[in-house]
Amino acid sequence: MKPIISAKNISKKYNITHEQGGYIAMRDVLTNIAKKPFAFLKKKVGKITGRTTNEVFWALKDINFEVQKGEAIGIIGANGAGKSTLLKILTGITPPTTGEIKMHGKVASLLEVGTGFHSELTGRENIFLNGAILGMTKKEIADKFDAIVEFSGVRKFIDTPVKRYSSGMLVRLGFSVAAHMEPDILLVDEVLAVGDAEFQKKCLGKMDEVTTKGGRTILFVSHNLIAVQKLCKRCILLEEGKIKMIGETKEIISKYLEKNTNTKEINNLGADKDKEIAFTKVWVTNDNEEIIDNINVNEKFKIWLKFDVNKDINTAEISIFLKNLAGVNITFTNLSDSFNKKFLTLKKGHYTTSTLINENFLIPDDYLVGISAHIRGVRNIDLHDNIMRFTIIENGSTMAPYRSMANQLSCVFSNAKWEICPTK
Amino acid sequence: MLTIIKPKKTFNWNDFREIWQYKELLYFLTWRDIKVRYKQTAIGILWALFQPFMTMVVFTIFFGGFAKMPSDGIPYPIFVYSGLLFWQFFSASLTDVSNCLISNKGIITKVYFPRIILPISSTVTKFVDFFIASTILVGMMIYYQYTPNLIGLLIIPLLLLITFMASVGGGLFLASINVKYRDVRYVLPFFISMMMFITPVIYPASIVGKYSWLLALNPMTGVIKASRAALLGNAPINWELLAISGIACLILLLVGFYFFKKTERYFADIV
Repeated sequence: MKPIISAKNISKKYNITHEQGGYIAMRDVLTNIAKKPFAFLKKKVGKITGRTTNEVFWALKDINFEVQKGEAIGIIGANGAGKSTLLKILTGITPPTTGEIKMHGKVASLLEVGTGFHSELTGRENIFLNGAILGMTKKEIADKFDAIVEFSGVRKFIDTPVKRYSSGMLVRLGFSVAAHMEPDILLVDEVLAVGDAEFQKKCLGKMDEVTTKGGRTILFVSHNLIAVQKLCKRCILLEEGKIKMIGETKEIISKYLEKNTNTKEINNLGADKDKEIAFTKVWVTNDNEEIIDNINVNEKFKIWLKFDVNKDINTAEISIFLKNLAGVNITFTNLSDSFNKKFLTLKKGHYTTSTLINENFLIPDDYLVGISAHIRGVRNIDLHDNIMRFTIIENGSTMAPYRSMANQLSCVFSNAKWEICPTK
Repeated sequence: MLTIIKPKKTFNWNDFREIWQYKELLYFLTWRDIKVRYKQTAIGILWALFQPFMTMVVFTIFFGGFAKMPSDGIPYPIFVYSGLLFWQFFSASLTDVSNCLISNKGIITKVYFPRIILPISSTVTKFVDFFIASTILVGMMIYYQYTPNLIGLLIIPLLLLITFMASVGGGLFLASINVKYRDVRYVLPFFISMMMFITPVIYPASIVGKYSWLLALNPMTGVIKASRAALLGNAPINWELLAISGIACLILLLVGFYFFKKTERYFADIV
């Protein structure tokens, strides 16, 4: 079958300018020329003759892939891997430096919910405006108007200027318009990061419906690995502007999470002196404080952290969170909880802390450790996601009979007590 | 439908077809600008009448009354208003077109559409203002009993076209550099108000005497002189001057368009 999207040798180059942040002012450029006319001329001549070259940065390099009709494909990768650049090229917002993409059918993109909304206009007016910006015709919007309003759930306020809407209502309205586009190919960015959980679920459901029932093709860029997993069978993993892997979502996600996650002991955490708190070391031991990376399911174990406090701080919190290789968060534990406090007061100095995790709590599987020093509800001080990996080994737990599928049935042992009695 | 994305060339005939494909978006953006503009003011659409009218009153009192500015024998209010009408269309379009990329940053970075739609929609909005404001001129012509000749009426679209080319041409050029150099927009209002004084809006071109050819370098001179000649019949239409203005504006438009197309591909990256 002919692919609906085929990208060949896509590369994107940016020239790096060493301006001191922000925008360039014409004034500075002109005064520079006036002050140093010869330096300017020399630079220009150098550029023309090709002697001096700009410093360049390849945001994307030789990207090749094909997508079949009706497929939902995810694009994942760390920050700066080129996900957004790729999507911007696919949507046509910015042209590639080299290469060619062919797309068969009507293409629509959703990089943001409610693009072009104007706060002075009413909900009704904004539906038309936003629809037109997303590429719908006036007739199409008018035909689907009722469905859009229904889906958004803001019918009561449809003739109120959107500046009086809550942010949740705005997102709902924006997504409703987007959900009623009928493209053959839909390009979606991190738009699900907004909105409440309930609405996110509704959106995912709608998108799923669009691919499975509508036979449409979706290209989905996201950090939300759970959403990617739900929606996409296949995934592209980007790394430093190149395609690292293309394949089954499950496989790609575990590869992505596995990457850079060593086992046993991590020493190189940066220890940034500018941060109030900076982690220096993480490791896992058994109850006897021997460093290990494989833990029997019926054994207690400890996760250790070493960190520097560079400045006295009195509202800090240190947390450890565990994820499985599917990217699902399993558990989250705070240092202050063990002291029955809301937060910690830490004086400048070096600290070591450990948390003891009970036996028969995590089911046999692979786990990733994330650590965070933060001020609750305010900001992160030092955060390392997926920093280390360890394995819980099956040695005869109650989950043993289910073996390979244990991690699909449960994340933790509930240790719940059952009772039974005969009834009539 | 097949979409092909590849490195962009500066110019492509398909670009014109594309504008046609996006005509509905053009319509909605214009509709938005008009709607928002008249929603934000207390007196709504009357603002389009009030603003040029008050300017005319103030100019009449100070320049026509106190300063005794000559006006080629035409009552000063109608003299200055006929100039202001075209001048305000020009200056407002020039300002809006120059800023259109920055003020629509939110959609430029999130959705693809031919960028040239933005300056077009900005100008169309100003056309609407022009037509609303011109009703005052009609009223004044009735009051002062001026009957335009037939050529006079036929020439108005031509004058609008020249003004359009001048403001869009200059605006496209300024819009492109405005994206890169953010101080341009602060200089522009100053530059535009300076320009009004080298355009015969509040005074007749004849005041400059034998140096009036210098004013002809300013394309708006030809337009304003011709509009007075056509509507008020104070002098025969100077076709030669008008032709020079027309050609100058056409060149300005082509240069502006070329510059815009050349820089267009970077807009989303640097805006």
